[in-house]
Formats: sequence, structure tokens, C-alpha cells
Amino acid sequence: MSERTRLGRRTTLVWLLLLAATAVSWELGRHRDRLDGTPAHEARDFGVVILALAFLKIRFVLLDFMELRRAPPAMRYAGEAWLFALAAAILAIYGL
Amino acid sequence: MPGEPGVWIIIFGDMFVFSVMFLSFMVARREDLALFRASAAHLDRRLGLLDTALLLTSSWLVALAVQAARGGDPRSTVRWLRGAIACALGFVLSKLLEYGLKVHAGIAINSNDFYMYYFVLTGIHFMHVLVGLGVLRFMARHAAANGFDAVGLGHLESGASFWHLVDLLWIALFALLYLLT
Repeated sequence: MSERTRLGRRTTLVWLLLLAATAVSWELGRHRDRLDGTPAHEARDFGVVILALAFLKIRFVLLDFMELRRAPPAMRYAGEAWLFALAAAILAIYGL
Repeated sequence: MPGEPGVWIIIFGDMFVFSVMFLSFMVARREDLALFRASAAHLDRRLGLLDTALLLTSSWLVALAVQAARGGDPRSTVRWLRGAIACALGFVLSKLLEYGLKVHAGIAINSNDFYMYYFVLTGIHFMHVLVGLGVLRFMARHAAANGFDAVGLGHLESGASFWHLVDLLWIALFALLYLLT
């Protein structure tokens, strides 16, 4: 299999994963709406998963679509460090 | 490095600016959770889902277009880019419909703090989409007319990276505004 075919297949696999993660987080959002009246921590757990899925999707876009996986290490780490800092800060504000 | 250094300065700069706005939104949300949850429940989540699918798909098509250009196949590049442009236009129409429905329902940027964030964040993102759409159209025309030399490929990679940024920012906006009710 040529390099281009292999890369193309990976790109398509990532796209399908991104769509699947979107569908899952959308369903979680719908489930969460029905949780009114249940303990607050359960509703919060849904939110944490929704946020975590979004950050996972962003990581795939950075590494595979924006090709940071194959970029110079300093650039890849800058992208990953940004995402980690953003995820930590948003989850901290959300969960505190 | 995919694309020219200059475009990565713009990309990292944009990521930083949007991060500040995301964090500002999260703090405001924490301070008035009931209002933010009630307001977010009025957003049309199905349109948000459609928007996400359109941008993810256009990003995927742009990635395939870059791979085709590297493989010396400008005809495929043009085809993938046209598909990406169609998805981007779909996003633009969907957003215009959503804004129209909001205005029709009497909701505006000054309705409350949630909608202030909603209109400002999605509005700035929308401008990015329009710029990206122009870039995609330019790249498709260029590919159809000239194919790609090394410089042209660099431009294509730069434009593609910017388009992926537009996709990436929307993923965060979709979760924060639409799903986190």
C-alpha cells in the first residue's frame, strides 16, 4: 500500500472517529437534560465526559488533520501543551 | 512543518485569544449557572450537531486535498476542495438560519450574558469561516489552473491548517455553548 493510500485511510478513520465522538457527546447532552432533579454530581459527571470528548476530538484535529504528529517536536509539544492547559483550566472552572 | 511559519503564528495566536474567551465564558457561567443553563437549553442543538458534522467533513476533505496535491494529483485536489467548500457553505447557511431564528424569537446580543457570549463567540468564529471559505475557493481555483509546485503546495498547506483551526475552534464552541446545558 502506498504512503498516500495509508495516510488517506488514517485520515478517513480519524474523520469517522470524530463523527462518532460527536454523536456520543450529543446523546450525552440529551440524557443530561432528563437528569433535572437527580443529584447534581451525576449531571456534572455527564458534563465532564462531554468536555473530555471535545478535548479528545481537538487533539485528533491537531495531530492528524493539522499534521502536528509529523511536525517538528517543538511544534507538536506546543500544540499539546496548549490543549492540556486549556482542558485543565476549563475542567477546573467547571468542576470547582 | 505543514505550511508556512507565518500561518502558524496566526493559528497559535488565535488559539490563545479563543482560550481566553472560553475561560471567560466558563467563569461567567459559574457565576450565573441557572441563567446559562436555561439559556443554553433554548439553542437548537440539532443545528449545532449539523454544523459540527459539516465542519468535520470539510476538514477531512481538505486533508485529503493536501494529500492528493502532494501525490501530484491536482484533479483530485480540486474535487476534494470543492466538496469542502460545499460543506463550508452549508455551515454558513445553517448559521444564518440559526441567527435568523434567534432574532425572530426576540433574542439578541444584549438579551443576557449567555447570549452575549453566544453571539460574540459564534460571530467571531463565523468571520473565520468566511475568511477560510475565501481561502478554500482561492486554493481550488489555483489548483485547477496551475497544479502545484513547492511554493503552491506550501500555500495549500497553510490554507488547510487555517481551515482545520476553524474546525477545531467550533468543536470547543459546540461543547461549551450547546452541550453543556
